[in-house]
Amino acid sequence: MGAVVGTLTLQTRQRRPSRATMFGSTNHDRVDDDLELSVVCHRPEGLEQLEALTKFNKKELQVLYRGFKNECPSGVVNEETFKQIYSQFFPHGDASTYAHYLFNAFDSTQSGSIKFEDFVTALSILLRGTTTEKLQWTFNLYDINRDGLINKEEMTDIVKAIYDMMGRFTYPALKTDTTKQHVDAFFQKMDKNRDGFVTLDEFILSCQEDENIMRSLQLFENVI
Amino acid sequence: MAAGVATWLPFARAAAVGWLPLAKKTMPKPPVDKKSRNDEILFVNVSGLRFQTWKNTLDRYPDTLLGSSEKEFFFNEDTQEYFFDRDPEMFRHILNFYRTGKLHYPRQECIQAFDEELAFYGIVPDIIGDCCMEEYRDRKKENQERLAEDTEAEMATDTPLPPHSTSRERLWRAFENPHTSTMALVFYYVTGFFIAVSVIANVVETVPCRPLKGSKKDLPCGEKYSLAFFCMDTACVLIFTFEYLMRLFAAPSRCKFMRSVMSVIDVVAIMPYYIGLVMPENEDVSGAFVTLRVFRVFRIFKFSRHSQGLRILGYTLKSCASELGFLLFSLTMAIIIFATVMFYAEKGTKGTNFTSIPASFWYTIVTMTTLGYGDMVPNTIAGKIFGSICSLSGVLVIALPVPVIVSNFSRIYHQNQRADKMRAQQKVRLARIRLAKKGTTNAFLQYKEEGGFQNKLQYTANDSALCLKNRSSFEHQHHHLLHCLEKTTNHEFTDELTFSEMCMTESVGYRTSRSTSISSQQGVTTSCCPRRAKRRAIRLANSTVSVSRGSVQELDTLQVHKTSAGPQSSRSSLNARTEDLKLNCEDRDFTAAIISIPTPPANTPDESLPPSPAIPGILRNSRSSFTHETVKISSL
Repeated sequence: MGAVVGTLTLQTRQRRPSRATMFGSTNHDRVDDDLELSVVCHRPEGLEQLEALTKFNKKELQVLYRGFKNECPSGVVNEETFKQIYSQFFPHGDASTYAHYLFNAFDSTQSGSIKFEDFVTALSILLRGTTTEKLQWTFNLYDINRDGLINKEEMTDIVKAIYDMMGRFTYPALKTDTTKQHVDAFFQKMDKNRDGFVTLDEFILSCQEDENIMRSLQLFENVI
Repeated sequence: MAAGVATWLPFARAAAVGWLPLAKKTMPKPPVDKKSRNDEILFVNVSGLRFQTWKNTLDRYPDTLLGSSEKEFFFNEDTQEYFFDRDPEMFRHILNFYRTGKLHYPRQECIQAFDEELAFYGIVPDIIGDCCMEEYRDRKKENQERLAEDTEAEMATDTPLPPHSTSRERLWRAFENPHTSTMALVFYYVTGFFIAVSVIANVVETVPCRPLKGSKKDLPCGEKYSLAFFCMDTACVLIFTFEYLMRLFAAPSRCKFMRSVMSVIDVVAIMPYYIGLVMPENEDVSGAFVTLRVFRVFRIFKFSRHSQGLRILGYTLKSCASELGFLLFSLTMAIIIFATVMFYAEKGTKGTNFTSIPASFWYTIVTMTTLGYGDMVPNTIAGKIFGSICSLSGVLVIALPVPVIVSNFSRIYHQNQRADKMRAQQKVRLARIRLAKKGTTNAFLQYKEEGGFQNKLQYTANDSALCLKNRSSFEHQHHHLLHCLEKTTNHEFTDELTFSEMCMTESVGYRTSRSTSISSQQGVTTSCCPRRAKRRAIRLANSTVSVSRGSVQELDTLQVHKTSAGPQSSRSSLNARTEDLKLNCEDRDFTAAIISIPTPPANTPDESLPPSPAIPGILRNSRSSFTHETVKISSL
């Protein structure tokens, strides 16, 4: 995977020293959306390194990368493309808001674009990680402002985004306070000390107590 | 959903983990994918060019040939690859479609070939990418137009008349296509001549002739020889009227005919004469009468039936109507503008010609079209300046739409040329096609002739066996199939000539006396072929009636031959022909005839012709050498 066939990036020289670092390419892998200026490609770290980082084996990584590269030949996904792709799975409603939150969750380095390493790391956690890891990832997803706490507004946003994906035509019909009810129910369950915030520990604890959630988490083992 | 997005599905499913804490119920069980998840490389061999691709790539479009299980039909177990016997160059584009999701149209390929490949691989052409869509559409439309033209040209003119057309249909055909029959051609030229005569008479009658005796004034010839001109005019009008009425009678759709341009021209050409007859020689209306005579000049438009070029010109003008309209409009605008300017510029001059704006129109038109008669000229400096601007802009305004009209004319002209060329080549082409078709039927008939139905073991002569072996196994099976069909329907195959003769004989007369000069020594089954050859000779030598009689009898005897086939006699006759078989095997042009008459076979007391080696040769030779051989027969 590290084999380079021709180069299109402007920052080739800077790339080599950063090979030592794992995900080191933050500072010069900014994708320029302006086509006139550059065609920046990102090449991921070597196959062995990724294998070490994630819980996928070589073959799985190959399949994933091929699909990834096919869709995004430049090697990175920006938010617009991400939203488009995700919306195609939910044609009934509007998936853009939730896709936005997802994008932020995937983009661990907050660079504005998802590289293959981000993609694969997240997938590794979601599919092969421990329960705690999965719940931690979910907590990060809900915590929009990255302050370590989930408040009611954030939760309301998330829940609203999810209901948006359903679209207008649902059975039973969506009522105006469905979202609010859902959020209240969530807080009821998760917020142990009733301070209006859900911390990571509260979250993990509450989820582990819930049989349903635990069972559901096991279901996503075989997605790849 | 775009198939490429399928690769992101696992990610979307993984992201569903984010919903879990919010869910009130347990998630449903995910589907278990039993088939192996390992992606494999498939080999696709297209006419020798080997392509390799991931199976997943092909699976992206499951409703195409390569994406569905249909490709298993093309799987070659020995080489473990999918083999397609198609164009490898085109396959590249097909495969690229799977890879990129966009179908591109290669510009250097023929549009029909491309469409056929798409149809084969089950890909709908509508998904061609935007980059290539326009080109694809244009070429497809062009191709369809060309095809429509070709079929039109084919059907329109040179198809032979259906056998039972009414006289009315024949008449119409004669009018529309004068070269189909001699009468039509004669009529065509006669009308052409009379149109020319009429037009020349119109022109000449205004020329001043020498005055009558005793008068000084020059008379126009029309008034000097008024009787002669009147007679000529009458004759022409009679011919035109007759022609018009005939066309009206023969037209398949009278209303449509009466509305057509040519018919209107015809009416306009002859009406003035009749109106002139009807109207009295009154001084008051003679003015109107004179105006009507002007319409006689429209007879010259009748020539457009005779001239292709005129028709093309007319059609071009019609199709360029919008450009001509624009030209007219812009010219009118410019004329008005410049006329106004010139009028006001020249207003001060004494004794000027530019008396009013409409009067200036004449100057503007003459100047813009760069005619410059010089009957009106500006005198003031301002007038001259504006006059020069007027003439310069005139050139521009006229030059703009003209290339469009020219290119239209050129396109239509070339189309017509092509149509004419096609028609000329059509005859040759059809003849060749007919020959090829006859080749295959004749192969079968020849095969039957040589007793191909007999068991091969019975053949003793090497030559005959060799000759028969020259046919491929394909032909053997094909002939067997045709034979089965014959047996099924109890009819037999024949060739075109004999069949048309059959039709004629049915109308002429059937069962005539059996007294022919042909007898059969070896019984009924002997050498039908020599008999047939004799019939042929008779046919050539004698009148058609006896010929038809002969051919009918020939048919009877042949029928007999078929039903009571005895191997020995046929074999002997075959043996008699062995030496000819060799030289005639290559010659496929065979004019054998076996027609079935669904009547009980009659035992014909035929005389026999002593089988001679020359006779069978006649069977095999092409028609061109026929006459030569017949001489031999008659001498026998």
